Amino acid sequence: MQIIEPQKNYDVIIVGSGAGGGMATKALADAGLKVAVVEAGPFFDPADPKTQTQFKWPYESPRRGANTQRAFGEFDMAYGGWDVEGEPYNLVNGSSFHWFRSRMLGGRTNHWGRISLRFGPRDFKSKDRDGLGENWPIGYEDLKPYYDKVDQLIGVFGSKENMETEPDGFFLPPPKPRLHELMYINAARKSKVAVIPSRLSILTKRINQDRGVCFYCNQCSRSCSIYADFSSGSCLIFPAQKNGGQIDLFVNAMVKNVNVDKNGRATGVSFINKTDNKEYKLKAKVIILAASACSSARILLNSKSTAHPNGLGNSSNLVGRYLHDSTGSDRAAFIPALMDRKRYNEDGVGGMHVYSPWWLDNKNLDFPRGYHLEVWGGMGMPSYGTGFNLDDLNKHLGLELGGYGNRLREDVKRFHGAVVGISGRGEAIARKDNYCEIDPSTVDQWGIPVLRFHYKWSDFEINQAKHMHDTFEEVLTNMGGKLLGDRPGKEKKYGLHNPGLIIHEVGTTRMGDDPKTSVVNRFEQMHDVDNVFIVDAGPFLSQADKNPTWTILALAWRTSDYIINEFKKQNF
Amino acid sequence: MNRRESIKNILLGSLAGGALLRSCTTVTPDQMADVIWQYQYGRTPQEKALDEKLLNTKYFSDAERELIRVVANLILPPNESGSIEQAAVVPFIEFMAKDIKEFAVPIREGLTWLDVQAKQKYGQIFVACNPESQKQILDTIAFELPQKKEQPQEIKFFKLIRNLVVTGYFTSEVGIKELGYVGNTPNVWDGVPQDVLDEMGLAYDPEWLAKCVDQEKRNETARWDKKGNLLT
Repeated sequence: MQIIEPQKNYDVIIVGSGAGGGMATKALADAGLKVAVVEAGPFFDPADPKTQTQFKWPYESPRRGANTQRAFGEFDMAYGGWDVEGEPYNLVNGSSFHWFRSRMLGGRTNHWGRISLRFGPRDFKSKDRDGLGENWPIGYEDLKPYYDKVDQLIGVFGSKENMETEPDGFFLPPPKPRLHELMYINAARKSKVAVIPSRLSILTKRINQDRGVCFYCNQCSRSCSIYADFSSGSCLIFPAQKNGGQIDLFVNAMVKNVNVDKNGRATGVSFINKTDNKEYKLKAKVIILAASACSSARILLNSKSTAHPNGLGNSSNLVGRYLHDSTGSDRAAFIPALMDRKRYNEDGVGGMHVYSPWWLDNKNLDFPRGYHLEVWGGMGMPSYGTGFNLDDLNKHLGLELGGYGNRLREDVKRFHGAVVGISGRGEAIARKDNYCEIDPSTVDQWGIPVLRFHYKWSDFEINQAKHMHDTFEEVLTNMGGKLLGDRPGKEKKYGLHNPGLIIHEVGTTRMGDDPKTSVVNRFEQMHDVDNVFIVDAGPFLSQADKNPTWTILALAWRTSDYIINEFKKQNF
Repeated sequence: MNRRESIKNILLGSLAGGALLRSCTTVTPDQMADVIWQYQYGRTPQEKALDEKLLNTKYFSDAERELIRVVANLILPPNESGSIEQAAVVPFIEFMAKDIKEFAVPIREGLTWLDVQAKQKYGQIFVACNPESQKQILDTIAFELPQKKEQPQEIKFFKLIRNLVVTGYFTSEVGIKELGYVGNTPNVWDGVPQDVLDEMGLAYDPEWLAKCVDQEKRNETARWDKKGNLLT
């Protein structure tokens, strides 16, 4: 096979352009380093009208938004999904795992929920409380300055609440609650469930002249064309370029492996250019993996050499281990009081305006870690699925089920905006037995060996899901809701979603001080290879009952500062 | 999983059993150009290629399309807001029968079932019957049998076609207008209208409201003090 080797020598190669890769690009390019960003998908700019889906109507598509092409509906801005053509993965011994990949500049930050929560001090030291999992070697005080900087650079709305578990930041003001959210606040308080304004990286107020201010279309999942939400391209990579950064973007470039010299030190990466199917080699002094927890593990495990026979930086045999996703379960209810609503535009931001952080002490519960609640509902834009199975609502009104004609059309209108739901998203325990590894028998369409997954939930997560459903039922009933569907029983793990479905997979290259029990050190630098860093969610030891993105960003910035400093000291 | 997906998972049952697409014919190049240009909504080249392939494959015969049109008009009769034709429900159902392969055979078999019933009862195909006769046939499949766990095929067919007609209509321009959805446009959210709050007996908690954005100042660039207190 012909291998093409450009002569340019970079300071840093960054593999992946999502939250971690974007943050490293911004910090390192701003510091004057020569950076190559290698992204497996195409170039993407949310402002480009050619790819824009924001403000499209369902009837502009022949399938009216159905999810046959994109997992979250065809207007969602993720090129990829849990199944990506030509990029398979396998499951072992009855495991379940769903691996979401978004192949495009900015990765999954183009469509994510923008829920931007800091970890609190105790989230880094959970083992001290319950003896489970592992403490982080760093603490909140190490990351606080970076959380503060991320808040100000990117923008996040929220409110100061003085809760130890939910540290305050540099917030933009939150939007006012919608109608169903006001009902939720009352219902949550009645059950002594905490409820505060949500914290999303959406600009409710101007932060600079390069980005717009939210115009409340509810479509952050389509990636904002005026850059009023956080996507890695629009908020990190483009500003770094505009700032004069020396950045070469390689898109449609599928990284196979990291190359090493005879001493086992990294020299660059090899990738397949998807447009000509040829292999290219890039050279750099430092390699940063930000391909996502599982993709980075795959690249490392596929980078075998004499110096690293088990894969790069894998002397601990822990690369791929301790994989864990957030737990999740959901329930919806029909709220008769929300029938026959007066119509007005309540699209709001692309997510909830209020939420419930974890409010209980696990000491008194049969599961060790908490969860938060996300509430959804409202008079949203119709899409494929609108008006399906109206009988699920009609049966609560004692009406005849089925039928057609004018009564049916009136039902659709009467029920618009009358369904409210709650999602629980919680913390799972990282376990060595849940892991990904290279499948020796399968390769992807470019011949690169793929991953196979071993993953099973334990009773901790299952009991937590059961508790979630108790909460959903109580709060939704407080709202006057009629619960939809059946409560999932034990045989369905109480509705606990399969791992990977919440798309918060972390932990595959865990951080620690001991090279025998961890893969990277507290600066996300590989113990075995001092010029390889990992800035996605691989280094997470635990992920709290929070979403991982804000912590990925804070860690990536901190790691970038460390790298800049090492360059200054001429260690690279 | 995002909210829309969660709602789907909760609200949607599985619609029809597995079966493969069969008997496809191709439309003329003129018709092809028409259907491609109708849809421009931010596709990747691969997605566009699939759309074009589906749009330019004909699944239903003209007689079947006419039958779908007639049934759809019975399910949602035209009114002053719009009609099945204005909402392009038949092309939508045709597209979905190709896009979700599990739909193709149950819909075709359901359509055949309607004609068989019409011929048995009234001696002519369904579309030739008068509306009263047509409704009498639909009435036998439009309601689920509460005592049965597994519904007969023709009842499942009706549920499927009803769902597709309702979704097709209310995701169309006329249907969205009739529904009264007024969003999908730049605006400034500043809370629930007062008359709605009054009617619901709800009010904003002043302490909560004090934390919320002052939309008059949304364009003033944010600045904070060292403790993170917003100054602007």
